[in-house]
Amino acid sequence: MNTVTAEREALESRKHYLNANYGIRSWLFTTDHKRIALLYLASITLFFFIGGIFAVLIRLELMTPQGDIFQAEAYNRLFTMHGIIMVFFFLLPSIPAVLGNFLLPIMIGAKDLAFPRVNLGSWYVYTIGGLFTLYAMVSGGVDTGWTFYTPYSSTYANSHVIITALGIFITGFSSIMTGLNFIVTVHKMRAPGMTWLRMPLFVWAHYATSLIMVLGTPVLAITIVLVALERLFRIGIFDPALGGDPVLFQHLFWFYSHPAVYIMILPAMGVISELIAAFSRKRIFGYSFVAFSSLAIAVFGFLVWGHHMFVSGQSVYAGMVFSVLSFLVAIPSAIKTFNWTATLYKSSISYQSPMLYALGFIGLFTIGGLTGLFLASLAIDIHVHDTYFIVAHFHYIMVGGAIMAYLGGIHFWWPKITGRMYPEGWARFAALLVFVGFNLTFFPQFLLGYMGMPRRYHVYPPEFQVLNVMSTAGASILALGYLIPLIYLTWSLRYGKVAGANPWGAKGLEWDIPSPPPTLNFDKTPIVTEEAYNYAPQEAKSE
Amino acid sequence: MSSGHGGAQAHHFEDMDQQRESASLGMWTFLITEVLFFGGLFTAYTVYRFQYPQAFAEGSHHLDVMLGAVNTAVLIFSSLTMALAVRAGQLGKRNGVVFFLVLTILLGGLFLGIKSVEYAHKWHEHLVPGAHFTTETVHGPQVQLFFSLYFAMTGMHAFHMLIGAGLMVWLIVKTLRGRFSTEYYAPIEMVGLYWHFVDIVWIFLFPLLYLLGRH
Repeated sequence: MNTVTAEREALESRKHYLNANYGIRSWLFTTDHKRIALLYLASITLFFFIGGIFAVLIRLELMTPQGDIFQAEAYNRLFTMHGIIMVFFFLLPSIPAVLGNFLLPIMIGAKDLAFPRVNLGSWYVYTIGGLFTLYAMVSGGVDTGWTFYTPYSSTYANSHVIITALGIFITGFSSIMTGLNFIVTVHKMRAPGMTWLRMPLFVWAHYATSLIMVLGTPVLAITIVLVALERLFRIGIFDPALGGDPVLFQHLFWFYSHPAVYIMILPAMGVISELIAAFSRKRIFGYSFVAFSSLAIAVFGFLVWGHHMFVSGQSVYAGMVFSVLSFLVAIPSAIKTFNWTATLYKSSISYQSPMLYALGFIGLFTIGGLTGLFLASLAIDIHVHDTYFIVAHFHYIMVGGAIMAYLGGIHFWWPKITGRMYPEGWARFAALLVFVGFNLTFFPQFLLGYMGMPRRYHVYPPEFQVLNVMSTAGASILALGYLIPLIYLTWSLRYGKVAGANPWGAKGLEWDIPSPPPTLNFDKTPIVTEEAYNYAPQEAKSE
Repeated sequence: MSSGHGGAQAHHFEDMDQQRESASLGMWTFLITEVLFFGGLFTAYTVYRFQYPQAFAEGSHHLDVMLGAVNTAVLIFSSLTMALAVRAGQLGKRNGVVFFLVLTILLGGLFLGIKSVEYAHKWHEHLVPGAHFTTETVHGPQVQLFFSLYFAMTGMHAFHMLIGAGLMVWLIVKTLRGRFSTEYYAPIEMVGLYWHFVDIVWIFLFPLLYLLGRH
């Protein structure tokens, strides 16, 4: 008991980024990347639970075949707000803006990101965009679906399209600012000896993500501006009555929004590489292949947007080209998956909670990725297009992939961020709940979609009820699985065991500095002399 | 922490070179995002030009080539004065920086003035898209599409010029307060890059909107 008190006192007496100064101003005007990461953590957690409430309402409505809680109008708004909040205000910023912001400078041995004020600005921009969207939400919502397809969004929709579009437009700039900052930081701020091929794979993944953020987001911005202008002034760029082309909107929208999927999944893959290496005590098998496959995904990601438009009236030859290119994305994705499993082979695996999320990710991402190949096939896509099959597919990638990795990462680096451990038993229990709840929610949706249940309807034929009830039951387990970490992580801030610098015995610059890190991260600039994940075999034996 | 260079070096950089290189790479990356931002508009322009070549030719006949050409010259000249401002910054000539920045702002203002004369003409000729719009030809709706793109593209360009002018005012204030030196003039250089980019956008807009398909 005495040593515990002593540790706690040591933690409180040492200066670190959390106790360097106090007060609301020291947070709102901070330029410390670690504090900005925590600002983002608070904001996106809020949006995650708001988006989650919409999901709960959707699943409640779908328990029965009739429309008994909501009618079509309200239901349209529910799934639209769920999609917009989860995609733009949770998933896109989640891993990059929280974990990336916190870790990327430390992992390459820098004191901060290259542009600390731009970094703080990005959080304000995100918050302002979020406020616009929340305002649209409470004043009646928006019903276009998160995709804003024209001419419905530009001409007919009777909801707050312009305010929501403005919110997303503004938030887009926070994404650009983060991406730009990461690119410059990786190029210019690496510590001596930190060569490109010594960087952790987390950094590689974020570098690739940043390229997509910087190249894709501006196109979404101008597209959304055009939709808003069209709605305001009837200028006709997407209006068929004036010779405009609604399919052009889809091209511009998916030119960003398909790569945006990789903004969500690439950082997740980066997290998984770190977790697999740390908990199997082994260097990632085929390090450079995993590193460059991130770049390959970023590049291929820009060439496949047309697979969202197989039934939108684009030419069949364009469809064939987009289909083939979409299959190519499977190659770098498979490189990663196979290399992770190869890393596990003959390694010393320990099943701590972050590792449970990582292993869950590999399985769920594989299912999500393989069903993506179904959708990339022209003929099968016509059968399952706009059904629950696609809903299940992208939730396997975004929830089963991105959120699993996000939670795994939060658990893995929580001791570094806060200096405290969380209760491991509860963490494993929650990870299990998330895995079970997730599969029970979304696997039935593959079956529903294959049987022909269309997405975005609040009523359905009675024969689909059993699978829908399973899905709703799974969603409640999943919700519990998300609430429990919220409780014990908050609890750990005050009551958690003091973590120490390296509770997992992991490799990486972030584990060489105290937890929580000092404001400038390193007392003196580190000099890197070894490759990433240098878990020597003899060390693995002695563990 | 080195606090040399008149406090111009931020705490997280090792030296001034690292800081300058970072600013430069950051600016170029930002300009790439701008290329893609305008790229969406240029894509829409290209698609519709292919679909409705006659309507687009007709639309460009309504534009005043003379005013467009004068404006092109004004902008190119403003790029020169901007470059001279950067040069003066490099040499540490404070008065030169202020003089050339003021000149650049004035030229930018001249451009926007001529642009608003053109916009006013379009308004009087009922060529502004919307309920007000009228043309007597068969291509009416597509001519309106041309003008939608015209206003979207030139309007977005003008908006970027306003931002540029605002940045230059900020630079002038900083220069007068003596914040820049031969060691540290990166902000002038970065705003210069931005201004040249805005000019280049116009160099593409002018032929696409005013010249193509006139003959």
